[in-house]
Amino acid sequence: MKRIEINPMTRLEGHGKISIFLNDEGNVDNAFFQTVELRGYERFLRGMPIEEVPRTVSTICGVCRGVHYTASVKAADAVYNVAPTPTARKIRELFLNAHYVEDHCAILYALGFPDFVVGPTASPAVRNLIGLIEIVGEQTGRAVLKKRRSAVRIMEILGGRPLHAVAAVPGGWSKRISEEERQEILELSRDLVELGQMTLQVFEDVVLKNKQFMELVLGDMYKVVCNYVGTVDEQDKLQYYDGIHKIVDPAGKEIGRFQGKEYLDYIAERVLPWSYQKMPYLKKAGWQDIADGDNTSLYCVGPLARYNIGSGFDTPLAQEAYEKMKETLPPGPVHNIMVYHWARAVELLNAAEKVRQLAEDESITAPDIRTPLGEAVGEGVGIIEAVRGLLIHHYKTDSRGIVEDCNLIVATTHNKGPINVAIRRAADHFIKDGKVDEGILNMVEMAYRPYDLCLACATHALPGRSPLQINIYDAQGKIYETMQNF
Amino acid sequence: MPEKVKLAYLLAGGCAGCDMAVVDLSETLLDVLPQLEIVFWAPTVADVKYKDLEAMPDGSIDVGLVAGMVRLSEQEHMVKVMRRKCKTLIALGICASMGGIPGMANMHSKKEIFDTAYFDTFSTDNPEGVVPRTNCLVDGKYELTLPDFYEKVRSVASVVDVDYLTGGCPPHHSFIGAALTAVLEGKLPPRGSWLTGGKAVCDVCKRNPALQGKERELIQDIKRVTDGEPEQDKCLLQEGYICLGPVTQGDCNAQCPNVNMPCRGCGGPIPGVKDFGLRAVSAIAASMTDEKLVDKIDCPAKLFYRYSLPSSILGGKLK
Repeated sequence: MKRIEINPMTRLEGHGKISIFLNDEGNVDNAFFQTVELRGYERFLRGMPIEEVPRTVSTICGVCRGVHYTASVKAADAVYNVAPTPTARKIRELFLNAHYVEDHCAILYALGFPDFVVGPTASPAVRNLIGLIEIVGEQTGRAVLKKRRSAVRIMEILGGRPLHAVAAVPGGWSKRISEEERQEILELSRDLVELGQMTLQVFEDVVLKNKQFMELVLGDMYKVVCNYVGTVDEQDKLQYYDGIHKIVDPAGKEIGRFQGKEYLDYIAERVLPWSYQKMPYLKKAGWQDIADGDNTSLYCVGPLARYNIGSGFDTPLAQEAYEKMKETLPPGPVHNIMVYHWARAVELLNAAEKVRQLAEDESITAPDIRTPLGEAVGEGVGIIEAVRGLLIHHYKTDSRGIVEDCNLIVATTHNKGPINVAIRRAADHFIKDGKVDEGILNMVEMAYRPYDLCLACATHALPGRSPLQINIYDAQGKIYETMQNF
Repeated sequence: MPEKVKLAYLLAGGCAGCDMAVVDLSETLLDVLPQLEIVFWAPTVADVKYKDLEAMPDGSIDVGLVAGMVRLSEQEHMVKVMRRKCKTLIALGICASMGGIPGMANMHSKKEIFDTAYFDTFSTDNPEGVVPRTNCLVDGKYELTLPDFYEKVRSVASVVDVDYLTGGCPPHHSFIGAALTAVLEGKLPPRGSWLTGGKAVCDVCKRNPALQGKERELIQDIKRVTDGEPEQDKCLLQEGYICLGPVTQGDCNAQCPNVNMPCRGCGGPIPGVKDFGLRAVSAIAASMTDEKLVDKIDCPAKLFYRYSLPSSILGGKLK
C-alpha cells in the first residue's frame, strides 16, 4: 500500500499533517488528519488564581486573540457565581465583536478570497494576500488593511493592548470607557461597517457572479454531511458572546440545546493514538469512527454551522445579506463547506454593525464595571461562539478561586472529524489510478481551507496558504517522489 | 536604489501573536515591504520553498526573525537552519527570548501533561487507555507517525545563539515597526543585546510615585487583582497588587498598569538581570513592610516566572 504524506509545516511547527493511503489500484483507501497541538495548558493552569487565567489562556492563539480570553472570563464569572455588570457586559461584547471583524477580515482576504480572486488554479506563488492585493490594486489593499486596523485599535482601547488583552476580571472589566474613547470607537466603527459591506460586495462580484466558482461552492467534492452546533438567542438569531447552544442533525432537525456544564451531556472527546489532538463526537449517537452521513456522530462548528442552526442575524444589513444566502442556497442545512466563506463575510458585517450599535450607546461609559466577588463556588463553564466556532472553557477551583482542574475544547478540536472527512473525500475524488500531480496539492488544500483557520489556529500558523509536503512511498516504504509547495 | 534587505521569518512553537503583531502594522507594513526582500516567511506572506531555504548559502539572508519556543525536534531543526542562513538572527517576542507562557509547562513532566490531556479531562473518552504515539499502526495497515515531543520547553535563544532578543507577548506593533526601521537603517546595538529602550515599566508608568514627586511607600498587604479596585494613578505594587514593573523592560509603555492591571513581566528583564523570577522576588520582597508577606502570594512560580521559566537557572521543576 502506498502512503502519501501531506505535511503542513510539520518540520517547522510540528503541528499537523495528512497521511493518505492508496490501495493497489492507486485509489484512496483511507486518509488521516493528524494534529500535533499540545502545549499542556490544561495542566499548567492548575494552581493559578482564576483571575490570572484570561490573560494567560489568551496566548493559546494569537490569531484568535479575543476568544479564549472572553470564554475564560465568563468561566471565571461562573466560578464566583456572579454576572458582569451591565456596562462590563457591553464592553466585553464590544471587544468580542471588534475581534470578529479583524479576524474574519484576515481569514477572508488572506485565506478565502485568494482562491477565487486570484483563481483556484493559479500558481501557489501568487495565490495569497500579496497576489490578491496586486489584482485588486494597492489602494483597495490599503483600504482593507486600514479598516481592519480600526478593529484592532478598538480592541486595544478596551483591552489595554492590541493583542492578548488584560482588562477582563471576574465579574467585570478593569477599565472604564471614557466619553472620548467612546467617540473614537464610534468613529472607527464606520470603517468596520464599510469593511463588511465592501467584503460582501467582493464576494458577490467575484464568486456569486461566476458560474464556474458557484459550481465549486456547491459541488459534491467539498461536502461533509454532519451535525451542527452553534449559539442562538431566544428568537433563534445568532449570538457570539452568550446564548443557548443548539445542535441540529444533518437533516436540520434539532436534537438538543445546552448551556454551561450540560455540554458534558452531549459532547465527548475520543483519544486517538495517531494524533495529539482528540476527536469530539456527539454522545447521543455514540462513537462511530470517522464517517459522515445521516447517522454520523461527528459535528462541526463555525460560520457554516451557525448558518445551519440559526435563523438569521439581529442587525439589519447582515439580515439582508443572510436572506440573500437563503434565496441562493438549497433549503435546509447546507453541507457544502465552501459556503463557510460566504457565511463568514455576512458575520463580519453583523459584528461590525454590533460594534456600531454598542458604541452608539452612551451608557457604555457608565462607572459600574465591576461586580464585587464573594467566595468562589468552585466550578465554572464559559462558552462562547469563537470566530471559528463553539469554544468551551471549564474550570474547577477551591473556595479561593485557585484552579484545580480544567478542560478546554476549542473550535479546531470540534471540527477535527469533519476536516478529516473533507480531506478524505477530496483525496478520493481527485486521486485516481495512482496519479498524483501538483494539482492535488491545490485540491486537497481547498478541502480543508474553509476550516483552515481552525487548523492555523491550532498549528499557530498565519491565515493563508498552508505549506504542504507530499511524500509518495512505494510498497517497500521508500520515498520515490516528494512534492512541496513551500 | 540600495539593495533590498533579505528577510526571513519563522514561527516555531507559538501562538502566532507575534506574526499577527507584524500584520497589525497594516499600512506601515506595505510601506516597508518595498525595501525588503522576503526570502522566507513561513507560512504565509511568501511561498518560498523550504528546500530553497535549505539550499541557500549559509549566511545569505540579512535578517531572520524567529518567534515561538521549542518543544519539538522539528522546531529545533528549523531554528538551527535559520541560524545558519541568517547573518543576523532576532528572537521576536518573549517565547523566543525566554520561553514565554508555554514555558510554564516546565513545572510539569511530559507524563503529567499527557495524563491531563488524555485521561483526566472531563470530556475525555478513552476506553482503551490510548496515548498518542510517535509510531502507530492503525487497523493493522495504516502506519502513522508523529513528531517527538520533548520533555521540556526551551527558548529559541537557548537552542541557538541569537544576535538580538526582544520582549513582549507579543511586542506592540509600533515596537516591531521601530525595530524593522532600525534594521533597515542598520542602526542596531552590539550583538547579544536586547532591542529595547532600556527603561523599566515603572520608568514609563504614570502610576510611579517617583514620577509624581512622591515617596514610595512599602507594601502593607498582598492583594489579588480581584480584591477591590485599585486607586487611580496610585502605584499598584504599593497598594499590594503584585506588579513586576520594577524588573520588566518598559517598551510596552506600561499598557497593563494603564488599564489598572499589574505587569506580569512579558517585556523581559531589565538590563543586567540573569534570572528574571529571582530578581522579581527579591525586588518585591524588598518593597514590603514584612518579607513574610511573600508567603501570601499564590502560586509564586507561575507568577514570577510566567514568561521566563525555561530561561531561569533551574529551567523548570526539577523533581
